[in-house]
Amino acid sequence: MPLLEIVDVRASYGSRAVLEGITLSVETGEIVSLIGPSGSGKSTLLRALLGLVPIERGSVRLNGHAIDYTSKADVGSLRAGIAIVFQQYNLFQNMNVFDNVTITPTKIKRWPRDEVERHAIELLGRVGLSHRLNAYPDQLSGGEQQRVAIARALALKPKMLFLDEITAALDPELVNEVLKTIKELSQGGLGMLIVSHEMSFVREVSSRVVFMADGCIVESGTPQRIFDAPLHARTRDFVGKILRH
Amino acid sequence: MSPAAHAFSSYDVLLLLKGFLTTFALALIGCLTGFALGFVAALLRSTRSPEMAPLRAALAAYALAFRRIPFLVTLMLVFFASQAMNANLSTFTVALVSICLIAAAYLSEIARGGLESVHRNQWQAARALNFSHWQTLRYVVVPQAWRVIVPPTFGFFVMFIKDTALASQIGVMELTSAGKVLGNKGLPEALVYGTILMLYFLLSYPLSRLGKHLEHRLAAAGNR
Repeated sequence: MPLLEIVDVRASYGSRAVLEGITLSVETGEIVSLIGPSGSGKSTLLRALLGLVPIERGSVRLNGHAIDYTSKADVGSLRAGIAIVFQQYNLFQNMNVFDNVTITPTKIKRWPRDEVERHAIELLGRVGLSHRLNAYPDQLSGGEQQRVAIARALALKPKMLFLDEITAALDPELVNEVLKTIKELSQGGLGMLIVSHEMSFVREVSSRVVFMADGCIVESGTPQRIFDAPLHARTRDFVGKILRH
Repeated sequence: MSPAAHAFSSYDVLLLLKGFLTTFALALIGCLTGFALGFVAALLRSTRSPEMAPLRAALAAYALAFRRIPFLVTLMLVFFASQAMNANLSTFTVALVSICLIAAAYLSEIARGGLESVHRNQWQAARALNFSHWQTLRYVVVPQAWRVIVPPTFGFFVMFIKDTALASQIGVMELTSAGKVLGNKGLPEALVYGTILMLYFLLSYPLSRLGKHLEHRLAAAGNR
């Protein structure tokens, strides 16, 4: 049974369809990367799956449980199981690093504070930010904010992680660090859906790559097949352009 | 006919003190109550659920109407409405209710603007992390909104202290009324209104200093 199963999902902003006929699944421990030109609906898909953009049609199952997006309880359980790292980090500006990581487990999930704090310190150590616990987001570099956002997501002990352009603000050294962390996490059984423009990162980390254009999935396959032998002209064109850069 | 006095008698000082305290009480209770009501109205207007739509519309209409009615007209409306209902309210209570109505309308708009100034991505992150609407407001949005809410709120308080003088129109013995009484007694107008001016300044200056202090502290802390 797939960890996440999406069948024929459609979403729109007003009368403009932004996602059309999306069918996709992610297995436990699998890393699926979404690639495609800007505006192809990759980030919108992540947001729609979390109920942040209304889904008009189609079905979404997490761990076999069909999600009814009109039910608060269903959306709540979905968000409890999936954590997201946003492209713009979206850290809470009024909280320091430590509070950003601990607020959801302590105040929303009501987990024991001692345990949450220990876990937060361990996670922040893993992303190299043990010395920045009291810093506020506006005192951190883009890369540091990104790593806090990763720690914040992992502090929720999710079954699945959505990563939206997480390498965009990182220097090459940190990309390798993140790569290592992501591989470790997937070995631990965490399923991941990643949006990225960093093709070497995608090739290195993904179990499967999905190419999207105009809100639709054009094709999907192993990184090797998508990058070395794409079936569709659109994919060939995109991959060719992006690899030339 | 007794000769005109040139200095305040102890009775005059007591009258000024009573006027001062009445103005202080009107401004303090009115603005604090108005702020509390306005803030709650802004929180309710930030909701998105369809069930709350009629309440949101009513609160928006209230803010729209009362920010456009002169304070004196509101005062008269409350005064005559209380008489029509045989409510037997004191003129002080009528003035206080009027101040609360106007202050709540203005301050609800100030608070609403503050809440809406917090970036959309903060709301989105909180939703994705399973925060309820009220948890988002409590932990994320309101702490960041203060920086935007505080300066105009104190500006409004200071402006409103001056407007409490209109309560004299329905017979409330506040600071300006006390000045009128003393002026009618024949005391030199320069002395009477010079004193009144200083007392208004004494009320509003510490408030504007406090506002500036908070503004600087919040600005230095950024969104924290």
